[in-house]
Amino acid sequence: MHLFDRARPGGRQREGRERLFRLSEVSVYLDHPAHALTDHTLNIDFLNPARGPSARVAVELTADTARALARAIDTALDTAPPGLV
Amino acid sequence: MNDTLTAETVTMRSRDGAEIEAYLARPDGADSYGGVVVIHHLPGYDSSTKEIVRKFAANGYAALMPNLYYRDSPGASPDDAAAAARAKGGVPDDQVVNDVAGAAEYLRSLPGANGKVGVIGYCSGGRQSFLSACSLSFDAAVDCYGGAVVRVPEGAPASMKPLIGLAGNLSCPLLGLFGADDQFPTPAETAELSQALDEHGKAHEFHTFAGAGHAFFSVDRGSYRVDAAVEGWEMVWAFFGQHLPGKA
Repeated sequence: MHLFDRARPGGRQREGRERLFRLSEVSVYLDHPAHALTDHTLNIDFLNPARGPSARVAVELTADTARALARAIDTALDTAPPGLV
Repeated sequence: MNDTLTAETVTMRSRDGAEIEAYLARPDGADSYGGVVVIHHLPGYDSSTKEIVRKFAANGYAALMPNLYYRDSPGASPDDAAAAARAKGGVPDDQVVNDVAGAAEYLRSLPGANGKVGVIGYCSGGRQSFLSACSLSFDAAVDCYGGAVVRVPEGAPASMKPLIGLAGNLSCPLLGLFGADDQFPTPAETAELSQALDEHGKAHEFHTFAGAGHAFFSVDRGSYRVDAAVEGWEMVWAFFGQHLPGKA
């Protein structure tokens, strides 16, 4: 399933050698975005604080996109073969 | 307006002894100037707020912006540092006050400093400007759309507490610049703050701009409102010009 945001989402593609890192926390909150050009976004920070503040993948989503993402996650889990996850 | 200024990253000492990064700008060739502590907004110690620091120097003031997120995220990008601070529940108010106190002392120690120091902040920085003016001795303070002064919204970082109870401790005249369409704070909340200040006999002037919401000074956001920002800056210059004399 592909998702796309019809507004202008913020967030960054992490560059450099460290493309994958283990996550230990996820922050989900509504606040002023750093990059998206709107007043408030639903922000998700995937973090590993033990690796420092730069160990972060972040998205800033409009409410519509955030709800679509939530539905897509539920759908993927609900339709998974029994016992897979 | 002075065309020549120096801007650089410096190390300053917080009142609690910690050494933190800060951004300093000051007019070149001036033999007397007031100082302004600039408190950055929630998204952090970023390029747009550094522009504001330079703007103060271009208008004859020495300005210093402490990096409130430096302790936990030295060298991190502004948004990574802001996210790390949020994940920890925000920066404690007493730590902010210590850093602002250190910044004020740094400004007072500069050659050419006339001893007058003001403080200005935007967004969460506006709240922290009010907090600092109630906790420390300043000559002038400006609160630009600081939320969570009267009421703390749901979902705000755990460290945020209402500050209206500090109104009686305000140490200096206060200029408040707000948007009529802002929800954090609402016009009703700023009116409540104004009433509390009146009850304590504290000098203040609040302006609420029609057609503007939160962050109307931010030139790199959709919230930018040119009329409110231009008029707001004129008010800032008049206010600091009255209370921080001796600019170049």
